[in-house]
Amino acid sequence: MKRKFSFLFAVLAFLCAVPMLHGCSELVLFNPKGPIGESEKSIIIIAFALMLLVVVPVIVMSIWIPLKYRASNTKARYNPNWSHSTKIELAMWLIPVVIVLILSTILWRETHRLDPYKPIASETKPLNVEVVSMDWKWLFIYPEQNIAVVNQFVFPVKTPLSFKITSDTVMTSFFIPQLGSQIYAMAGMRTHLHLLADEQGEYTGQNQQFSGYGFPHMSFKAKATSPEDFDAWVNKVRQSPDKLDFARLDDLRKPGVADTVLYFSSIDPGVFDHVVDTYCAMGESPGGKDAASHAQHAPEAGGYGTATGDSGSMGAMAHRAQEN
Amino acid sequence: MFGKLSLSAIPFNEPIAMGAVYGSLLAGVAVLALITYFRKWPYLWNEWLTSVDHKKIGVMYIVLAMVMLLRGFSDAIMMRAQQAVALGSSQGFLPPDHFNQVFSAHGTIMILFMAMPFLSGLMNIVVPQQIGARDVAYPFLNSVSLWMSAAGAMLVMVSLGVGEFSRAGWSGYTPLTELAYSPDTGVDYWIWSLQISGVGSLLTGINFLVTVLKMRAPGMTLMRMPLFTWTTVFTNVLIIFAFPVLTVALSLLTLDRYLGMHFFTNDMGGNTMMYVNLFWTWGHPEVYIVILPAFGIFSEVVATFSGKKLFGYTSLVYATAAIMFLSFSVWVHHFFTMGTCANVNIFFGISTMLIAIPTGVKVFNWLFTMYRGRVRFTTPLYWTLGFLSTFAVGGLTGVLLSMPPADYVLHNSLFLIAHFHNMLVPGVLFGFMAGYAYWFPKAIGFRLNETWGKFSFWFWLTGFYLAFIPLYVLGFMGMARRMQHYDNPAWQPYLIVAAVGTLLILCGIGCTLMQLVVSIRQRHANRDLTGDPWDGRTLEWLTASPPAAYNFAVLPVVKDRDAFWDMKEKGTAYLKPERYEDIEVPRNTFLGLAVGVLAFLLGFAAIWHIWWLAVAGFAGLIAVVIARSCDDDTTEVIPAAEVERIEGLRSRGTA
Repeated sequence: MKRKFSFLFAVLAFLCAVPMLHGCSELVLFNPKGPIGESEKSIIIIAFALMLLVVVPVIVMSIWIPLKYRASNTKARYNPNWSHSTKIELAMWLIPVVIVLILSTILWRETHRLDPYKPIASETKPLNVEVVSMDWKWLFIYPEQNIAVVNQFVFPVKTPLSFKITSDTVMTSFFIPQLGSQIYAMAGMRTHLHLLADEQGEYTGQNQQFSGYGFPHMSFKAKATSPEDFDAWVNKVRQSPDKLDFARLDDLRKPGVADTVLYFSSIDPGVFDHVVDTYCAMGESPGGKDAASHAQHAPEAGGYGTATGDSGSMGAMAHRAQEN
Repeated sequence: MFGKLSLSAIPFNEPIAMGAVYGSLLAGVAVLALITYFRKWPYLWNEWLTSVDHKKIGVMYIVLAMVMLLRGFSDAIMMRAQQAVALGSSQGFLPPDHFNQVFSAHGTIMILFMAMPFLSGLMNIVVPQQIGARDVAYPFLNSVSLWMSAAGAMLVMVSLGVGEFSRAGWSGYTPLTELAYSPDTGVDYWIWSLQISGVGSLLTGINFLVTVLKMRAPGMTLMRMPLFTWTTVFTNVLIIFAFPVLTVALSLLTLDRYLGMHFFTNDMGGNTMMYVNLFWTWGHPEVYIVILPAFGIFSEVVATFSGKKLFGYTSLVYATAAIMFLSFSVWVHHFFTMGTCANVNIFFGISTMLIAIPTGVKVFNWLFTMYRGRVRFTTPLYWTLGFLSTFAVGGLTGVLLSMPPADYVLHNSLFLIAHFHNMLVPGVLFGFMAGYAYWFPKAIGFRLNETWGKFSFWFWLTGFYLAFIPLYVLGFMGMARRMQHYDNPAWQPYLIVAAVGTLLILCGIGCTLMQLVVSIRQRHANRDLTGDPWDGRTLEWLTASPPAAYNFAVLPVVKDRDAFWDMKEKGTAYLKPERYEDIEVPRNTFLGLAVGVLAFLLGFAAIWHIWWLAVAGFAGLIAVVIARSCDDDTTEVIPAAEVERIEGLRSRGTA
C-alpha cells in the first residue's frame, strides 16, 4: 500500500511539473482570450473545486479504511453483522444531493448566459461571418466586406463576432479554443455562435469533430487585430485576383486539403445560402429554397429565442418538418 | 459469383495490416494444430462447442472476450505509438486510412466484443448459481447468443485481411458512414458485426431476465438476491430496452447504404441528427449495461473479503435502479454542441449530474462495508480498491463534462477520451478482472496465482494513470480526439508519456496471461476441493468447483440475504439429503454453433453483396430454427444414482 501513496505522489508531481516546463500558455483552455472562454474556464474551476469535496474523502477513505481494517490488524473492531446506519446513509445520500443542487444552479444560470446563440452585448457593431466547413478546409465569408478567405480568419479585437455556420460535407465542429465555445457545422442547416476576443494575437482554430481522411488538416489561424489592421487586411484581400463565384465554389467543394491560405476579393451574393440550399430542398424545388432563406433571415430579427429554433437537434427537426 | 469481393480486397501491400493478418492466422493455425496433436477434437466438440451448459458457455464467452481484448489493445498501442511520433513533418507509421480504422476498431471491439462478452460470460457462470437454479431459462437460446456474438467478432477479425474495417469511428456518425462519404465495405463490416452480435446480446438479456425472475430457489425473495444478480437484472432490462434502438438505427443506415434511401443522408430530406440521437439513445444506456454488473462484482468482492455483510444493501439496490432509469434521460449530453437550445441542454445536463448521486452512494456503501471488517488483500480486492480511488477521479471529470458550458470547450477533446476511459477502465475492466479472479476457481476448479495477479494489477493501475492523466492535460491544451497527425510540438511530451503508460498496461496484460499459464501448471497445488475457496457468502459457493452439470443436487432453501453464510453459521450448508432424485438437464446440440456459422456467412455475404450466399445463409438460419422447434427430445436425465456418485466424490472435499 505504501507503493500506492508514493505512486499517487509521483502522478501529482508529474501533473504539476510538466505544464511548468511550457509555462501555462500551452494550456489554452486556462489561457482564454475572450469573455466566453473566461467564463467557461471559471466554471470548470468552480465545478472541479466543489467535486473535490466528495472525491478527496473518497480517495482518502479508499486507502485508509482497508489499511486500518486489514485482516492482520486484530486490534481493529470487527462487526461482521453491522450493515446499516441511518445516519451514515442519510449523509451519503444528502451530501451529494446538496452538491448537485449547487452545481445545478450554476449550470442553469451559466448555460443560459453562455448560450452560443446569444449575441454578446457590446457597443461595437458585431462583425458577421459566415463559415462553411468543407472537405477538409474552412471557408470564411465576410458578407459585409464582400470578401472570403480559406483557412484563415482575421477579425478586429473587442468586436463581437456573430457566426453563421454550415457544412458542405459531414458533421464537423467549429472551435477556436482560446475564445471559447464550439458548435457543430451540419449540411443543410445553420448553427450560430457568438465569440469575442479581448486581446490581439494569433490563436489556433480547428475542427473538433472527426470528419474523415483530411481531418487533422482542418486547422486555421484566427488573428485578432486592431480595427485599423483589420481594415488594412480587408483591403489586401480585395487586391486578390481570385473571386468566389459559383464556379469557383464548385471547385473549392472538391475534397482536398488546402495547403495555403486563399483570398477572394469578391463573392457572388448568396454563396453561403447556396451551400445550405444544396442539401435543404427535395431536389431543386424552389419552394424549399425559399423556406430555407426565410429561416435564415428570421433569427437575426427575433433574437436568441427564435434563433435556437433555427437549428439544433430539437429545433431543427421542427424547422425541417415545416420546410418539407 | 463473389459480389464485390476480389483478390484486391486483401491488403497485400500494407505491411502492418498483413503482419496482423499473418499473426492472427498463425495463432489460429497453431491452436488448431495443438488440438489435433493432442487429439482433443472430440473433447472440444462434445464438452464445449455443442454444450448448452451455462457454466461452459460462460467460460467460452470469457475466452472470446480475452482474445478480443488482445486485439482491441493492440489497436490502442498502435494509436498511442502513432500519436507519440506523428508531429510536424513526421507522418508516423499509420497513414490516415489505416489510423482511422484502428481507432474505429478499438472502440467497437472494446465495448461490443470485449466488455459485452465478458459481462455475458460472468453472468452465465454466476447468476444461475447465485439464485440457486440448475440452469438458465432458455439453455439453447443461450448457446445461440454465444455463437452470434462470436460470429460478430469473427467478422471484425476477418475485416483485417479481407477488405477494410470502418473508418468512421465506433459511433459511426452519419453522414460520414453514408455511401457518399464511405463507399467501401468498411462501414458494412461495422454494421453487420454490430447487428449480429446485437441480436446475441438482446437474446442474452431476455434469457437472464426471465431466469432471475422465474427460477430463483425457494425463499429467495427479490430483496434477498445477491447484489451481482440485482445488477444483472437492471442490465438486462437496459439491454432489452436499448438494443432494439441500435438495431433500428443500423437497419435504417443499411437501407440508406444498400437501397439508396435517405434516412440519414445530408440531402433529399435525410436527417443526420436523428442518427446521432438514436445512436446515443442506445449508446448511453450501453455504458451502464457494461458497468452495472461490474458494480455488482465489487459489491460481492467487498463483502466477501471484508468478512462482513454488505453495508446498505437496500440503498445499493435502489441506487442501481435509479441509475437504470436515469441512464435513459441523459443521451443529449453527447452532443450539447449541436446547437440545441439552452433549456434542453440544461435538462440533460442536470439529469446527467443526478447520476452522480446514486453512483456516489454506491461508492460510500462499498467503503462502509470494509469499515469494521476483516479485510483480506486478495487480487479481487486489489482491483476493487484500485477502482474506488480511480473511479472517483472519473466521476469528477464526468460532472465537469455534464456542465454544458464546460462541455462547449471540452467536447470531443482528449479530455473526453480520458474521462470515459477513466470510467470504463476502472469501472468495467477492473470490475471484470476482479470477477475473473474471484470466480475463476468456481468455474475451473483451481485458484489463480495471486502474485502474478497482483503484478498485473499494479501494471494496469500505474499504466492507466500514465496513459490517461496526460490526455486530460492534452484536452486542456486543445487537442481534439482522433488525430492521425498534429503540428503542435507542445503536445508531444504528453503523448509520449501516454504511450509509455500503454506499454505498462501491456505488461499488465502479459502478467494476466502469465498468471493463467503459471496457475495451470500449479493447478494441483491450488485446487479448490471445497467449492468455497474465499469463505463466500452467496449461493454460488455452495456448489462444487467446477459445479456439476446440475449445479445443486438438492435445491437450496434460502432463509437470509447472505444465504450461504447463513447456512454455514447454522451448520446446514453441507447436509447430506436422505435420497437423491433424477435431474433433467438439457442435451447438447450443435445447432447453436450452426446458427453462429450461418449468421457469419450471412453477414459476410451481405457485406460483399454475394447475394446467393446471403439468401442461403438466411434460409439456413430459418431451417435451423424450424429443425430445433420440431425436436421434442432436447433433454436428458441424470439418474439419482449418478447424482449420488458425483456428490459422494465431492463430499470428500468438504468433509
